[in-house]
Formats: sequence, C-alpha cells, structure tokens
Amino acid sequence: MSSYPLLSLAIWIPIFVGLFVLAVSGLAKSWHPRGLALFGALAGLTVTLPLYTGFDIASAAIQFEEFSPWIPHFNVFYRLGVDGISMWFIILNSLITVLVVLAGWKIERQAAQYYAAFLIMSGLMNGIFSALDGALFYVFFEASLIPLYLIIGVWGGSNRVYAALKFFLYTLLGSLLFLVALLYLFFQSGHSFDLLVWRDLPLTLTEQTWIFFAFLLAFAVKVPMFPVHTWLPDAHVEAPTGGSVVLAAIALKLGAYGLIRFSLPITPDASQTFAGLMIALSLIAVVYIGLVALMQTDMKKLVAYSSIAHMGFVTLGFFLFSELGVEGALVQMISHGFVSGAMFLCIGVLYDRMHSRQIADYGGVINTMPKFAVFFMLFAMANAGLPATSGFVGEFMVILAAVGFNFWIAAAAASTLVFGAAYTLWMYKRVIFGAVANEHVQALSDISRREFFILAILALCVLGMGVYPKPFTEVMHVSVQELLAHVALGKIQ
Amino acid sequence: MSQYFVLPDLLPALPELFLLFMGLVVLLVSIGKKSSAQTVAFALTQLTLLLTFVLVIRGVSSEIEYTFSNMFVRDMLADFLKALVCLTVVMTLSYSRRYLVERVAIPMGEYCALSLLATLGMMVMISANHFLPLYLGLEIMSLSLYAMTALNRNDATATEAAMKYFVLGALASGFLLYGMSLVYGVTGSLEISEIAMRTGGKLYVEGMDKTPLVFGLVFIVAGLAFKLGVVPFHMWLPDVYHGAPTAATLFIAAAPKLATFAIVIRLLVDGLLPLYEDWQSMLMLLAVLSMGFGNIVAIAQRNIKRMLAYSAIAHMGFVLLGLCCGVVAGGDQRLHAYSSSLFYMVAYLLATLAAFGLIMMLSRAGFESDRLDDFKGLNQRSPWLAVMMMMLMLSMAGIPILFGFFAKFAILSAVVAAGYYWLAVLAVIFSLVGAFYYLRLIKIMYFDEAPADALPIEVPFSTRVLFSVNSLAVVLIGVFPQNVMVMCASAFYHSYQFQPY
Repeated sequence: MSSYPLLSLAIWIPIFVGLFVLAVSGLAKSWHPRGLALFGALAGLTVTLPLYTGFDIASAAIQFEEFSPWIPHFNVFYRLGVDGISMWFIILNSLITVLVVLAGWKIERQAAQYYAAFLIMSGLMNGIFSALDGALFYVFFEASLIPLYLIIGVWGGSNRVYAALKFFLYTLLGSLLFLVALLYLFFQSGHSFDLLVWRDLPLTLTEQTWIFFAFLLAFAVKVPMFPVHTWLPDAHVEAPTGGSVVLAAIALKLGAYGLIRFSLPITPDASQTFAGLMIALSLIAVVYIGLVALMQTDMKKLVAYSSIAHMGFVTLGFFLFSELGVEGALVQMISHGFVSGAMFLCIGVLYDRMHSRQIADYGGVINTMPKFAVFFMLFAMANAGLPATSGFVGEFMVILAAVGFNFWIAAAAASTLVFGAAYTLWMYKRVIFGAVANEHVQALSDISRREFFILAILALCVLGMGVYPKPFTEVMHVSVQELLAHVALGKIQ
Repeated sequence: MSQYFVLPDLLPALPELFLLFMGLVVLLVSIGKKSSAQTVAFALTQLTLLLTFVLVIRGVSSEIEYTFSNMFVRDMLADFLKALVCLTVVMTLSYSRRYLVERVAIPMGEYCALSLLATLGMMVMISANHFLPLYLGLEIMSLSLYAMTALNRNDATATEAAMKYFVLGALASGFLLYGMSLVYGVTGSLEISEIAMRTGGKLYVEGMDKTPLVFGLVFIVAGLAFKLGVVPFHMWLPDVYHGAPTAATLFIAAAPKLATFAIVIRLLVDGLLPLYEDWQSMLMLLAVLSMGFGNIVAIAQRNIKRMLAYSAIAHMGFVLLGLCCGVVAGGDQRLHAYSSSLFYMVAYLLATLAAFGLIMMLSRAGFESDRLDDFKGLNQRSPWLAVMMMMLMLSMAGIPILFGFFAKFAILSAVVAAGYYWLAVLAVIFSLVGAFYYLRLIKIMYFDEAPADALPIEVPFSTRVLFSVNSLAVVLIGVFPQNVMVMCASAFYHSYQFQPY
C-alpha cells in the first residue's frame, strides 16, 4: 500500500490546478489554458490509479485512510478513505475529467473559467466519494453545486438560467434537510461526525424513519428518483456537452452513492421498512420514464430520461438487499458513467457541427460520418443493454436478483430491455440511417482525431467492462457482503 | 483622599476615553475648510480607530473588571466585540473614502467625527453593566447615525431616510426606556447583574407574580428588535439602507449590529435570564418572522441596497435563532448557542462589508451603481471582482465551503441541540428561499451580458487589496473555521464562568 496521501492528492491536485488556471489567465489574457488543464486532469487521474493496484480486495475495511483534525470545535475531522464501494468511482471521475477537458478543447469563450470549473468540480467529487466524516462529506456534496451551476449557466443553451437555478435550488432543498439530519446524528452520537461511529449508533425505528427520509430527500433529488427528477432533463438539455457528461457520468452517482453510504448503514431498519416504497419508485422510474423517453424529440432529453430509467435500476438493486442486486447496481452505476457520458459526447459531436439537438433535423448521418456512426452504434447498444457491453452486466445482475425476490418486480424491471432498446435504437435509426435528410447533414465532416480518441477510450471501457467485469465486482465483493450483513442485523436491540 | 469621592479606576475604560478625546480632536480639525484638513481628519480617524483597537487588545484578559461603581464592565466578550467594532469601522471608512471624496456635498470631516462618536457609543453599549450607560451609549450611537444618514442634506431620499430613521429610532428608544423603567420598578435596581439576582430571588424565592416583569420585558424586546431590525420592527430598515448614502448604509449595516447584539446579550442574558422562557419564545417568533419575511421580500427587490437590507433582516433572524436556544440546551450548550450567534454575526459582518464595499467601488459621482442591473456581466468587466462577489453571495446563502456555511451550521447545531427540530427545518427552508436571490445576483454577474455603455471599472489599488483580503477572509475562514469559532466561544466562556446558571 502506498504511503502517499493518494486521496488528498486526487482531491486537491485538480482543485489547485483549476485555481492556478484561473490565476494565470487573469494575468495573461491571450494564453489558452487547455494544455495546463489537461495536465491537471491527467495528474489527477495518475494519482488515482494506485488506488486500484494497491487495493486489498480481501478486506472490507477502509483503505488508504487519512485522518487529521479539521474543526476540533465541532469534532469534525478531515477523514478520507475508500472501500470496495467507493474506490472505482474516484477513478471513473478522474477519467471522465480528462475526457471532458479533451471534449472542451475548442472552447474559446472564457476558456480558463470553463476548465477551472471542471477541474474544481472533479476534485470536489473525489472528496465526496472519499469523505468518511459527515460534515466533510456535506461540505464537498454541496460545494460541488457551485461549479455545475456556473457550467450550466455560463456555457449553457438558450434556457440556461432557468435550468441552472432549478438544478441548484432543487438540490439545495434536499441537502439542507440532510444537514439537519447530520446535526441530529451528531448530538445523538455524543458529538461525532464519524460515519463509522454513526454506523454502529443504535437508533429507534422512529428516529431512523425521520433520518431515512431526510437522507432520502437529499439523495433522491440527486439520483434523481421519480418524482423529484424533473430538474434533470432541463439541466441536461441546457448544459454544454462537458457539463452533461459530468452530470450524467458522475453527479448522478452521488445520490446513489449517498444511499449506500448513508441510508443503508445508518438507518438499516428504516431502509428495510421502506424498501417497498423504494422499489415502487424505482420501478416507476424504469417503466414510466422509459416510456417518457420514447416520446422525446430532443436527443439530449431522450438520453436524460434514459439516465433516470437506468438510475431506477440502481436504486432497485440497492433495496433488494441481496449481494447480486447491490453489486449489480454498483456495476450499473459505473457502466452508466461510461455509457451516458459517451452518449452525451456523441450528441455533442453532432451538436458542434449542426447546432441542433432535434432528432428531426438529422437523418442519414452514416453517409457523411461513418466512423462516428460506428461509435454511436456501440454506445447506443450499450445504452440498450446489449450483452457484451457494460450496460448488460449491471442490468442483468439486478434483474437476476429481482427474480429471486419477486417475479413480478423482475418482470417489470426487465421491461427496460424492451423500452431501452426501443427508445435508443429508434433514435439511432432516425438520426443515423436513411437517406441524407438535408444539405446540413450533407455538409457534415467525420470525427476528428481528438474526438476519435475520446470515443475510443470510452468504447474500450464499455466493451472491456462488458466482457470482463471481474475487476469491478471483485473489488466490491467483500464490502458489499459486510454492508448487507450489517443491514440484516439492524440496529434495534 | 476624600471619603465621598473616589476616583474610579479608569484603566478598563481607557479605549473609550481615548476615543472620546480623539473624536473631539477630529471635530476640531474638521472645521478647516481646506481639503487638506479633510484628509488629515480622515487619516486621524483611521489612526485613532487602529490605536483604540490596539488599546482594546492590550487590555484583554480573562478576568472580569468592573468600574464606575459597577456601571461599566470589561470582560472577554466586551473586548472581543470592541476589537471587532474598531476593525469594522476602519474597514467601513476605508471602503467609503473615495465614495465620500467624490460626493462633495457630504463633508468628510464631520462624517469622520460622527463615525468616531458612533463608535464610542457602540463601545459604551458593549461595556454597559447598568441601564444608564447602556441607554447613553445607544443614544450616542443612534444620534450620530441619524446625522450621518442626513449629511447629504440636498438629497431628498437621504433626508427622508434620515427622518424615518430618527422618528422610528426615537420610538424604539422610548420602548426600551419604558421597559427598563418597569423592570426598575419591580427590582429597584438599574444595575444589570444586580437585576439578574433580584429577579431570580423574587421569582423563585418569594414566588412573585412575574406579570409586571414580563410586561417590561415585552417593551425591552420590542426596543431591541427595532434596533436590530427584525420583523415586525423592521420597517425603517429597507428605506434607510436605500435612501442613505452607500457609505452611511454600510456604516449602519455593519458595526451597530454588533453593538446591538451586545446589548441584547447584556439585557436578556445577563439581566433577565430568570425570565428566559418568556424572552426565548419572543425571540423565536421574531426569528422565524424575520427569516421568512426577509428572505421572501428580498426576492422582489431590484435595488441591491434594498435586497441586502432584507437579507440583513433575515440574517438577524438567524442570529436570534441562536440566542433563543441557549438555556434550553443547558450546560455548555448554552454558551455554545450564544457563541454561535456571535460567530454568525462575524460572518454577516465580513460579507456585508465587502458587498457594500463593492457597490461603492463600482459607483461614481452621480452614479450610485445600486441597481441589480448595474452588476450585469461583471464577470466580463472584471473577473476578479465578480468571483469575489460570488463568494460573498454564496457565503450569505450559506453554501460550503464559505464562512457563511459554518455560521449557519453552528446556529443549526445549537437549534438541534435544543431539540427544536421543526425550527431547524424552518430555518433551512428559509435559507433555501434566500439562496434564490443570492444566486440571481450571481446569474446577473455571470450569465448576463455586460451593457455596451458600461463604465470601465477604476478602483484604487488599496481598495482593491482591502476588498480582496476581506473576501478571501470569507473563503479562508470557511476552509479553516476553527480559530474564529474558538475565539467566539472563549469570549463567552470567560465572561460567564462564574454565572450561577
């Protein structure tokens, strides 16, 4: 195991490079900061790789732990660490940051601020996934709203102000009640913000219920779960490509991660009591939102709704309380990070050329962009859950777990294979195949080397994970087992 | 030495005496009509305030000292607040300098002298252990502030604001005096620590009916609420903030809140703690109303000074929230609740200073830059000022990792410790409402395009540095809040270690 504070580096390298980019650009106006930003993102990715190579998969304990006092007055500690559940998300996040910087290579308008926002957000996200102190988690969790708010608002589309505000206020509402719950736990546990202390803190069912719902509000908005999902399509549609990618690939994972890091271990009995509600909401997301996605005429909106449906799978997997289900959900989260990120990048490629997201404006793109069409095909298939792509693994595991739980739940969940294929492939058909629709499509040029490189990396991830998911599942295994044992035991004596 | 007259120990009051003397000197200097006299007056004022700050710091000790026949008290809390008041006024005047120079109608010398006298009043309020000096300090401060508001006498809105401020302020003082006289009638004492003992004795030992005391308390709380500017006694605040010259607005918005906070502590916590059940429920009502009304009405404002006025109302609601959770939580948590309020106050002060500072930096002679639209596209005109202003707004909204977040965090922790969960939820919901208008200003600065005819931003280097330091402090204290938290806490712990409650 490495002796370097890897997690701190993963958090602070991007943040400081981001601040440095801002500072330098203030002094040298004509300088384009893309090189420095890419360097920061790559450095951030490099320091996260030892997390995988040095990870002990036989242990459920917290690894790479860092511990120092931060605010002794409130017993808040700067406490970081990862277990099998959180480790992959840090690497995923750092990888996506590199791709996002590359995807925004051509940006000219306030470029320094653009890169800085993404780098700072990347650091904050790493902080969320590695924080083991409730207050520290909260600080990262809420601070990450600011860069995303600016990304949507400054570089977004025509209705960006509305979308940015809606995104911010929606999420803030949830997280503020979360804060009250954290403070309650702080006093109940004898002045501690330590997640591991809270995990073993006995709580009555009434207390757990209140805390569970306070947590749920915060995380359900982030996931997003039906019925608090309405901010997501707006935010996605208005965000610039990079913003959509980060939002879909990373930010949506925060809610699900919060559920598994806070709700399940801290309120196990309430989680079991309200599992039925959670499963119902998840199924609504899978089925109803899947149907909604079918009706979209805007590509980004379609992928946004498909994200909600996919995240429904994640929450479904968590609340089946079986190893297969939870691991499937976690795999689904990582896979969705690759796939939805790639989908938004593909739409970004088209948007950069046509300045339209409407499906109706396209048709016959394959004639002018054959290379692009191949990549888009692969990601569309992964989005639909085709075997041998990463999208299949997680969904399959969750459906299997659901069959073991209740046949009808499994049947409803499995309907996603139909709807997912329907909305994704139908969109693909309308955009890519057919005769060339108009002179704009005729004038399209195929993807550049840079775009090829970005999409190729994601394609490798999607295929690799689909064919050989073991590196992902073996890391989670022990941690998930331990978590489920804890949940089964409960807290009420 | 005569047995009838003993010279009181002047040492604890040395900063006040120095300030009084220098205030008169500045007044004399400012008589000079030449502009150099005005410059000298300004420099002398700043020097005086810094020296007063040094005197206060030198006198810090954890002992509690009384002088002037127990009318005047010097404890850690007083030292902390006085030091803060001095610094706040120094910063206020530094921000205001160019603003005042450009507006020739406002005489700089008089403005400085009045500032010093107002500061003196605040310091007397902070150290008052007796109703008389408390009221004396309050009136010294208030009358100076009325005059500062009205100094630009040809400006109709400023005059109107001053008139409103004066009439309502006088009414509030009357309330306060009436309440004090009722308390005096029951307890027979004007000395605050004596009153605490006698009310405790009368209520708990003699079993006296507390109605007359509560009757007095109502008037005292109403008077304090007027001075603090909380709903429903807030009516003067938006008009005064809006109408007064921005320099005076900043002055009113900053240091006097601290002094008022001090007398709230002195009167309610020191003096009337036996009646805590009554005043806590009153403060709770005021707090909820202020947070709700302030945050909601702020949304409708198009003028940034008015917006900040309503935001100040909401912030004072938050401060009261900490105060009304003190005794319920009991033990150490009681002092924790009060120190949270103080901590919140510091967060409010830093953000307010810089925010009004920026308004003055963007203004010109004949252009007040006080509409929200004047901030359009600030990010394109000056990214640095915009990013700092964004930090200030986010701090006021209570977003991590800024000072304002930990201020809200501390207050909410006190509320939760007291078991008022519904109150915490209400506070949180109103914070959410508040976040809207702070975000809107960020939207205006970042998402909107700058108008083509926007004036170039010319800010003197020194002001720019001050603003940057001030705003960065908001960020840095947010990242490392421990020291300031401990300072606020120790101010209370050392001042209340011998209290019987």
